[in-house]
Amino acid sequence: MSARTLVTGIGVAAPSGLGVEDFWAATRIGKNAIGPVTRFDASSYPSRLAGEIHGFEPAEHLPGRLVPQTDRVTQLALVATDCAFEDAGLDPGDLHPCDMGVVTAAGSGGSEFGENELRKLWSQGPKHVSAYQSFAWFYAVNTGQIAVRNDLRGPTGVLVGDQAGGLDALAQARRRLRKGSRLIAAGGFDASICSLGWAAHLAAGDLSVSEVPERAYLPFDAAASGYVPGEGGALIILEDEEGAVARGARDAYAEFAGYGATLDPRPGSGREPGLRRAVLAALADAGCHPAEVDVVFADGAGVPRLDREEAEAITAVFGPLGVPVTAPKTTTGRIGAGGAPVDVVSAVLSMREGLIPPTTNVELSPAYDIDLVAVRPRTASVRTALVLARGRGGFNSAVVLRALD
Amino acid sequence: MGRRVVITGIGVLAPGGIGVSEFWDLLSSGRTATREITHFDASPFRSRVAAEADFLPELHGLTDQEIRRMDRAAQFGVVAAREAVADSGIELAGLDPYRTGVSMGTGVGAVSSLDKAYRAATDHGRLAAVDHMRAPADLYDHFVPGSFATEVAWAVGAEGPATVVSTGCTSGIDSVAHAVDLIREGSADVMVTGATDAPITPLTLACFDAIKATTSLNDDPARASRPFDATRRGFVLGEGAAVFVLEELESARRRGATPYAEIAGYASRSSAFHMTGLRPDGRELAEAITVALDEAHLNPSDLDYVNAHGSGTRQNDAHETAAYKLALGPYAHRTPVSSVKSMIGHSLGSVGSIEIAASVLAMRHHLVPPTANLRTRDPQCDLDYVPLVAREHRTDAVLTVGSGFGGFQSAMVLARPDRRTA
Repeated sequence: MSARTLVTGIGVAAPSGLGVEDFWAATRIGKNAIGPVTRFDASSYPSRLAGEIHGFEPAEHLPGRLVPQTDRVTQLALVATDCAFEDAGLDPGDLHPCDMGVVTAAGSGGSEFGENELRKLWSQGPKHVSAYQSFAWFYAVNTGQIAVRNDLRGPTGVLVGDQAGGLDALAQARRRLRKGSRLIAAGGFDASICSLGWAAHLAAGDLSVSEVPERAYLPFDAAASGYVPGEGGALIILEDEEGAVARGARDAYAEFAGYGATLDPRPGSGREPGLRRAVLAALADAGCHPAEVDVVFADGAGVPRLDREEAEAITAVFGPLGVPVTAPKTTTGRIGAGGAPVDVVSAVLSMREGLIPPTTNVELSPAYDIDLVAVRPRTASVRTALVLARGRGGFNSAVVLRALD
Repeated sequence: MGRRVVITGIGVLAPGGIGVSEFWDLLSSGRTATREITHFDASPFRSRVAAEADFLPELHGLTDQEIRRMDRAAQFGVVAAREAVADSGIELAGLDPYRTGVSMGTGVGAVSSLDKAYRAATDHGRLAAVDHMRAPADLYDHFVPGSFATEVAWAVGAEGPATVVSTGCTSGIDSVAHAVDLIREGSADVMVTGATDAPITPLTLACFDAIKATTSLNDDPARASRPFDATRRGFVLGEGAAVFVLEELESARRRGATPYAEIAGYASRSSAFHMTGLRPDGRELAEAITVALDEAHLNPSDLDYVNAHGSGTRQNDAHETAAYKLALGPYAHRTPVSSVKSMIGHSLGSVGSIEIAASVLAMRHHLVPPTANLRTRDPQCDLDYVPLVAREHRTDAVLTVGSGFGGFQSAMVLARPDRRTA
């Protein structure tokens, strides 16, 4: 039996709050953070709502020289990492650098930075492209910068699986711990609210065109008509139990107990989507019976076909109305690679408070046999939580978190 | 020892040759595939040479729809994956699709499609914002390159765990190592894994120009990539893909497959120093090598060949040489070391997988590919780099390494499954 992997620190940068306290204060009551796009002029696009992080001044948190070298996504990642280490009651200097690693999920990399350099390249010429482009856009940037800033010289990783990548990164972190690392900083971040990113989201075809922030992103609602993009993410400090106990870590949040992943069959195959199998794999990995699960943090695509697939998978595993289901990302929009790590933060805070945060604004469609925690939060003893994430192309990932005795 | 993971199929698409056979012909001959850039007009750029693949997707089984939908790098990946599956002789259709997974590495994803889409949707940069009405329908799948894994999975019928690994220039090693982890832990029985990149685009060229990482040796394109040579001036961009079929050793044997090699050890480390700079002593790369050897239960003396990162930048080649001395001690001098980037350039993320293919083929043929263009000794690079000509050499265990921007350092040990271990 492998040693347990514990969540000992969390840091979050979300539209609903920069920092765990603000984030949870908004999330637990389902306070909406979706609003009009301000990061670029979206007036000419059919979709004009996003979950943006307002009031973030990178220079208040990071050294001045780092700011022009980094995209917003990296700035958010670095700040969330600082918060996570602090939350874990740990200075990175407390442990040997080689015993600590970092694994992150990426979506589009430093896409706003990249778009600016593409603009310079084609409007002014190659000599105007920034030297920082060579490392500010690529998908590995957040892992690299987190390692440099915190002197983490252990194993590294970067995974891309759209929304599902955020859970895959945590699972890879657990593998690194099982191979002997003491601590892995793991998570995922995305920030693609720029005109190139917007065109990409629009091309994918599932962006909501609603003008009303409270009506734009409604997973499992009969009025579901697409999603709203958000920005940010979360960084989770994972440690092996023995090491965490030895350093006298303050009470850990939860055990990272199980993980499973699948890919949907090729479109048009007529075969069952892979989500149910991913859930079963995660439960088996955790040694957990479905009846033990107290809440499911759903992917909540907001697209009727995908909502139906997810509801059917949940019902197939847990039975009709068999487990409370929630999608607190309705407050922030879908944060790509950052979305699932933010849900993991919500899940461990849900355990701590004994309260399931609501799926804000949503009225459950009668077509789905799930017990959706809609509109209002619900008091409940949360000992075991299942977090789901699905990515474009058919990625399915599931994680089981378990409270510590 | 738990589940051991072996390579049973290989597919390669590289400059100078498509398919494993042409690839090995090039490497064993010591010819180079670097040339003046033909993909676009490179005259405004500082560095104007690259190792390009002459690839016509129609000739490799891709449909018009697939060609329209997929980025060039995704096309490379699918073609190499099909070759690997055919080479392995495995009948994936007869297996539970949930037990077959995909792990594909890439350094810069669909950068050429993004560059093209940007140009098309901004009227060549004349519009300040991207006009979504002019953007291609598949833009999101280029923007977030998870599509590189899904395309391969769809091509081979895999429905198990799938991901893209994108750790910059070590992606091609780290991706395969991820696949090994999934088989060892029991999450999959078969993995189709490798890496692909097609970075020869104006944006990539411009950003490496800006930091003078790519070569300025434009006048002699065939001799522009000069790893470990005193006259080296930076790396030469390349492109391509390599994909492998990985299986658990016993089940591969049961179906009668002859494994090429076992992936016996791996480690990644971060130098955590600077996004583009390296500590000169190579300590973190050395640590990765030591840990990978330990995992393989091999000693430095057991290595027959070191397949180097050898990018041809002043900094890398000295850093790497220092790391070998730290990790291998006296055996750094006694073991042949070579860089195939001298012949096929540096395709960023995918080159790590292409170099795994080169390492495995060196084992199969007992022939160490040379470091082409190595004519002038650099006192900082004083190992046996197998200059110019391939060398017949008994090769049962190989170390391959990667090093890249962001501080990523990776090492992998490949060995015959029936070797004696320390």
